[in-house]
Amino acid sequence: MLHRRHLLLAAPALLAAPAARAEQRFPSMSMFIPAGPGGGWDGLGRAIEQVARQAGLVGTFQFENIGGAGGTVGLPRFVASKRGRGDALMVSGSIMVGSVLTNKTPVGLQSVTPVARLTEEADVIVVPASSPIKDIAGFLAALKANPGGTSIAGGSAGGTDHIALGLILKALGHSARQGSYVAFAGGGPAQAAILGAQVSAGMSGLSEFAEQIKAGRMRALATTGATRSDPAIPTLKESGADVVITNWRGTFAPPGVRPDALAKLVALMQELHGLPAWAELLKTRDWADAFMVGAEFASFLDRDRAQTEAVLKEIGLA
Amino acid sequence: MSAFEGLALGFGHALTLGNLGWALLGCFLGTAVGVLPGIGPALTIALLLPITFQVEATGAFILFCGIFYGAMYGGSTTSILLNTPGESGSIITALEGAKMARNGRAGPALATAAIGSFVAGTIGTLGISFLGPVVVDFALKLGPAEYFSLMVLCFVTVSAVLGGSALRGLTSLAFGLLLGLVGIDLQTGQPRMTFGIPELLDGVNVVLVAVALFAVGETLYLAWRHHEGAAVVRPVGSILMSRSDWKRSWKPWLRGSFLGFPFGVMPAGGTEMPTMLSYYAERRLVAPEHAAEFGTTGAIEGVAGPEAANNAAAAGILVPMLTLGLPTSATAAIMLSAFQSYGINPGPLLFEQQSALVWTLIASLYVANIMLVVLNLPLVGLWARILKVPQPQLYAGILVFATIGTYGISNSVVDLVLLYGIGVVAMFMRRFDFPTAPVVIGMILGPMAEQAMRQALTISQGDWTTFVTRPGSAVLLVVAVAALVGPRVWGAWRGRAA
Repeated sequence: MLHRRHLLLAAPALLAAPAARAEQRFPSMSMFIPAGPGGGWDGLGRAIEQVARQAGLVGTFQFENIGGAGGTVGLPRFVASKRGRGDALMVSGSIMVGSVLTNKTPVGLQSVTPVARLTEEADVIVVPASSPIKDIAGFLAALKANPGGTSIAGGSAGGTDHIALGLILKALGHSARQGSYVAFAGGGPAQAAILGAQVSAGMSGLSEFAEQIKAGRMRALATTGATRSDPAIPTLKESGADVVITNWRGTFAPPGVRPDALAKLVALMQELHGLPAWAELLKTRDWADAFMVGAEFASFLDRDRAQTEAVLKEIGLA
Repeated sequence: MSAFEGLALGFGHALTLGNLGWALLGCFLGTAVGVLPGIGPALTIALLLPITFQVEATGAFILFCGIFYGAMYGGSTTSILLNTPGESGSIITALEGAKMARNGRAGPALATAAIGSFVAGTIGTLGISFLGPVVVDFALKLGPAEYFSLMVLCFVTVSAVLGGSALRGLTSLAFGLLLGLVGIDLQTGQPRMTFGIPELLDGVNVVLVAVALFAVGETLYLAWRHHEGAAVVRPVGSILMSRSDWKRSWKPWLRGSFLGFPFGVMPAGGTEMPTMLSYYAERRLVAPEHAAEFGTTGAIEGVAGPEAANNAAAAGILVPMLTLGLPTSATAAIMLSAFQSYGINPGPLLFEQQSALVWTLIASLYVANIMLVVLNLPLVGLWARILKVPQPQLYAGILVFATIGTYGISNSVVDLVLLYGIGVVAMFMRRFDFPTAPVVIGMILGPMAEQAMRQALTISQGDWTTFVTRPGSAVLLVVAVAALVGPRVWGAWRGRAA
């Protein structure tokens, strides 16, 4: 609470602009979340609302949540209902790259217009506090000796957690489909299975497990980013398994949006990204800054899709 | 801080005028959204999230908790009066509740639901205050194998709603299992029986199916066969619960509460399973002189038990959220994101780091509970009067209400096609004496049991004996067998002895 008030006071002060509030760029913006309220995409959408409204960049936001099937239920609805509109954004990310492939849906991310990649979050590999596995070397050794013997809990099949496990198994010289991956619907049940030692290990975004790790109920073994997300937790790369994978999230505009309208949306994201309040928010949420727009973002999307497809094909899901 | 000190502190904060106002507003909004089939507490809280920018944390969470509890009270009203469940925890209530309303006992049915919700809500909130951490540690010991066995136990409930012919009942169950298969398979991410329709990827909504089977099916059937009988004017009957109603209700309230709370605490529990088990228990435990009311004129035990179980489970859902930061339901997930917008990261240390907020929230649950029973009891008479509307107009109203509510689930026309498609199937089921309740039970339990079984088998690397070698799972399977064959063996033994 105190922290929030802090943020409210600090944001305009730090802007150091003559006016306390920035110039309003959109009177209203419709924010489409292809997931239910409470998840990662919803969290990013509402974080954008929080910062953009407080800075006065956008007047009001209208949220629409259409959840299900890794975003592939909502995606065609966004494409059909918002086509050509310059004041609509959809939050999406790497999960949708995978789910479009596993569900074999005709409408993919190529049907919408990329605006900006905003955050990324490394996965963390954890074991229950009571586990005999003490560190990442022990985990990799157990997995190498018997890939099926270490059951690993994570989010829905074909998502970032599942693909990360596939990449680790490949790096250890096994086939990606040999692992015992236990998919859970949502973070709550997966965390419960790990806390209760029902599974040998678990994988999910670092922020999801951070509080359990802090409280000593889970032991963090390694993160999957290129560099350390937490100075105390080694990365997979430095531990001998050459795997780098993160769960990125960003915003997309509807198809058929005019170039000048797109430029306005990109400018909004750039301005938002420049706000001190945004940097502050990323820090409290444990999200890494992964800002990327334009051609750079588009070519990143192509690479991400190719890597995801290769792993999913090997697991047998695409 | 002990629980008593915590509660004293919490009541001190919760009983201020401003916070009482938030609680009242929450109870009112919650009751309203509980009544509508499409809009649940999760969506309502999501819509209200922007208030976290202006309102301080305590007030916002008191409002959210009021909505959450209120929705559980409101859900039963339409179940009983219109045979149109407002949310999945109220589906079982409709089985006996709607029959009671049809036979002039709408008042007692609504009253036992409201008072039962109060009793269960209070017991559940006491559970949160004093037993939270203990029950959570126990619940974490349950793995997918135990959940599978628990669901097998719940399947026994089907035997209580089979109706006259086992073959017809099991056919209905198979239809429900089939509907449950539609959508993305969690363990592989592959779509099943979606026929290329994106709206089906997320499966068929169970509340939609219940409304189609109960309300739409009944309305279409009446429209079709209406000419055969004279128009019946439904008696509204007495509004108050009689002495015998009280006597028949209090034990089911308590049994339902004690059954519901642990299910709510379980990370993969939810509110549906305990309502089924409570219904089964009440049907088996009912005094012989009232046994004939089940499934015919409506037995009050079949409303009192499941309603209590539903509300106690709802209270239980808050336990893993407050003690461990685990969001085990959609509503808990959205409340966690509200915590985050205040810069609070909920986790195992929440009770220590935010004790004032957490205890105020718990105290406000007691307050909300009292407000809800005071709000709802006087409404019973008003609600029951809906039944005085002449039948054609009443059923037309039910159709409009069901259609609007279903469209509200996800603003999708595909949902409306499903509603009326399944409604027509239900009309024929009614005509040819197929029971509709097994469809809903199969649809709820089928997918849950399948996922739990496959999770358990992945963990055991394909070893089926995991279900009997894990003690908890083995015990549950034994109880399931006993619940299925026990009453029959007992009946046969008594028959021989007589």
